[in-house]
Parts: sequence; C-alpha cells; structure tokens
Amino acid sequence: MKITELFQRGEFPITAEVGPPKGFHIEHLMDEVNTYLKDNVTAVNVTDNQSSVMRLGSLATCKAFKDEGLTPIFQLTCRDRNRIALQSDILSAALFGIENLLLLTGDHTTLGDNPQSKPVFDLDSVSLIHMVKTLEQGFDLAGNPLDGEPPKFAKGAVVSACSDSVDVQLAKMEAKVKAGAEYFQTQAVYEPEKFMRFMEKAKQFGVPVMLGIVIPKNAGMARFMNDNVAGITVPQDMIDELKKDKEKTKAGITGVEISARIIRECKEYCQGVHIMALGWESKVPDILKLAQI
Amino acid sequence: MLITQLKSKDAIAPLVKGKTIIINCHGCKEVYFPEHEAIEMQNELSSNGNVSAVITRDYICNPDNLSLQLKKYLDKIKEADTVLVFSCGVGVQTVAKYLEDIEVYSACDTYPLPGFQGVTPLEFDCGQCGECYLNYTGGVCPITACSKSLINGQCGGSKNGKCEVDKDMDCGWERIYIKLEKLKKLDTLKYPTKIRNYGNPYVE
Repeated sequence: MKITELFQRGEFPITAEVGPPKGFHIEHLMDEVNTYLKDNVTAVNVTDNQSSVMRLGSLATCKAFKDEGLTPIFQLTCRDRNRIALQSDILSAALFGIENLLLLTGDHTTLGDNPQSKPVFDLDSVSLIHMVKTLEQGFDLAGNPLDGEPPKFAKGAVVSACSDSVDVQLAKMEAKVKAGAEYFQTQAVYEPEKFMRFMEKAKQFGVPVMLGIVIPKNAGMARFMNDNVAGITVPQDMIDELKKDKEKTKAGITGVEISARIIRECKEYCQGVHIMALGWESKVPDILKLAQI
Repeated sequence: MLITQLKSKDAIAPLVKGKTIIINCHGCKEVYFPEHEAIEMQNELSSNGNVSAVITRDYICNPDNLSLQLKKYLDKIKEADTVLVFSCGVGVQTVAKYLEDIEVYSACDTYPLPGFQGVTPLEFDCGQCGECYLNYTGGVCPITACSKSLINGQCGGSKNGKCEVDKDMDCGWERIYIKLEKLKKLDTLKYPTKIRNYGNPYVE
C-alpha cells in the first residue's frame, strides 16, 4: 500500500519511526513493533544510519517488516552512497515489494560514531527525488533504459517547519515538490503556532504534510535539542512542565500529554502525523488515544 | 595549477542585461586564462551596446587590491546593472562580496590541474568543480560555503544561521538566500534540479 493513496482518499495516516539496532539481532525491535505499532499506525518508517551512527541497514529492516505483514517506509540518505548505489538500492527495494520511500540528504558524517568516514553527498535530497522519478520513467540517471516494467513508489521528503530560517526551508520544499516529492513529514514540532504559520505558506505547494512529533522524555532532552538540534525549539513553559513532576515525567506521562496536545492543536492544519518515539515505542498507543486520532 | 574556461555563449549572453561592466583577471601565472577567446566573446557581447566598460586587472581575489584597482571605475560600476567577471571562482566571489548590491556573474568555469595552486590565503575558496554555480547563487559558492556542497538548497541542519558541522561557520545556503533576497533575485532559485557531473572534465 502506498501512503499517497491514503492522502488521496482523504484519510489521515499515522506513521512511526524506528531505528534499526547496532547489530543484526532484530527480535527486540520486532517485538516492540508488533506489540505497540502494528495495530496502531499505518506504516513504520525505518531510519538510514540515523544521525550518522552506523547500524543495521534500513533496506534489510524494511524487508523484515514487510515479511511480518507491516507496511515499511524505506528511508534513504545521500551521505553514504553514490548515485550508482542509491539507484541499485531503489531497485532492490522494488524487488522486495517496498512501495514507500523517504528521501533525505542525511546528517554529516562528522556528527556520528564514525566521524573519520568520507561524506559522499554525490546527490542531495532534491536530486535523489529526481533520481527516483527518473527510474520510475524507466531510465537510470545517465539515461540508460531499465529492463522491464519500471518501479513505482510513494516519494516522501522532509521539511523543517519550525526552522529559524523557514523561508530558506520553504524554497527547498518547493524544489523538492518540483523534483517529484508527493508527501512531506516535518522535523519535530513543539510550537503549534509556528507550525500553523508554516502550513499557511506551504499549502500553496498542494502536497500533504505529516506533523512530526518527537516525544519529549525529560527537561534535559529538551534543553539538549534546543542547543544542538536544528529546526527544534522547545519552549520554556514546556521545559518547566517536564520539570514540574519528575515522577510523572519519568513514567513518560508528561511526554505523552505534551505530544497528544500538540497533535490536537495541529491536526486541522496537517494531513497526517509522524511519531519519532526514539525508543519509547510503548508510548505511541497512549499518545494516539489521548490525541483522539 | 588551474584552468579557467569560458562558459558557452548561450550561458553568458543572457547575463549581459542592462548596463554591463566586464572584469578580466590576468593575475596568477598558475592559471591558464583563455585570453584570445575571452576578447572575441567580449567583442561580440559589446555589439549590443550594453557593455559600458571592460576592465582588465590582476589578482582581483585580493580584496584590498581589488578595491584599489576598481576605485577609478566606481562611478561607472555604481551605474551598472550587471558585472560579468572572467576569472577563477575566487575572483568572482571576491567581486560579488565587494559589489554586494550589484548582480555579479561568472563567465568562466574553473577546472583543477595537478600541481601548485597559486597563493590565495584569502576568505574565499574555489572548489574548481568545472561547472561554476555562482550565477545561480548570488556569487556565494555552494560547493565551498556548504559543508555538504549541496547545489539544490539548504539541508535541515542549519541552526541560528550556523552549519551543523561547524558552529563557527555560517550556513552557506542561508548566505545565498540572504544575498539573492537583497538583490531581489530569489526567483533564481527556481532552477530545475541540478546534478553534479563528477566525470573527467578533460574528456570532451
């Protein structure tokens, strides 16, 4: 099932992001996904060496999820592969019956756990989207024809809706739409009003946007994101809320409440929700229940 | 060593709009500059009467030198709509920074050659990528001013205008956006998707 079909039918898809393990043992992750996500989300989005930390591959994990009856979204970044490898992996995804993609530039290698590696960036997110579209038309990026029926995907991209340079992000979003992006998910949103202002401007592009949610686990995490993560500002009153009742926050209840509140406030302005639980997959059902979606 | 090669006439001719100043740099011995071809092309470009001055100088990559050398032309330059620079990428960027309210374009692509690179201990760098992007980016180089050398816009990693790789480095794409906004040329960014050509530049 392509996620774009759901948008077309006017449905409100919910996706959750999971990170493959640092190793090849997937049993724990599969347990979490089956227990907390399978019946609650439309699709599971698998990160590609997220934050430049080397892990089990996104494509292999997507295949394992597919075999389990889940709908995976294959994340693909330009950091680790040149255009030959990227195109080859897209064809591999088609062979495995993976229909949903999320196409990104990727964090720089120096931010991860193998900072000595060569950053590739042969393509970027825009040219990667263009590349997939070219494959869908039956040709590789150099114009050589593909054998047989070309693959078809739902092509997703990301945008930083609450960025301090939101106009620069909107220009990039427009370039992605022109290149062939069919849906967007946003970086984590903690400022609903900023998100609504962003959506006022973004709706001109006519593509569905999924609200990005990162569950705030505690005040320390919020402050860390404020200092280090681009496009995220956790307001001070939210940090105070996380500090107020430490036991409640530790149990995850405050994070669930905040996440559900943001979804409730923003849901009229977006076409779906994407939850990045960062290990707190067990909280996803509670968030969705409280947010009434 | 490096080679500057003229862009095609089709690429350069549309840049000569309104009153145009042409600046040639005959500086470094380490640079091969196509002097004769440049003169021919400039004669052709001048035939529409738009070119108000052709200035030939050296070491325009040095900002102090550049400002001294352009001093006596400043009146003409201030009246100009466009400045077209025939030099390596460092020269174009230096002129674009110096004349920040005027549209500055590059007429050349810069290719590397093995060997001594010349001495430019200056604030700009040229990646010698052989397909100069400065005409699309307000004279700010996306190859050397962006840690990921992105050519289709900003990544999601800029925070408070700084790069995710180096908090002391301005985000190159934010600089590009601000420069184009200042020139009222933001539409320039609506170009079709660009893909870099890493093929051997010497193979025609």
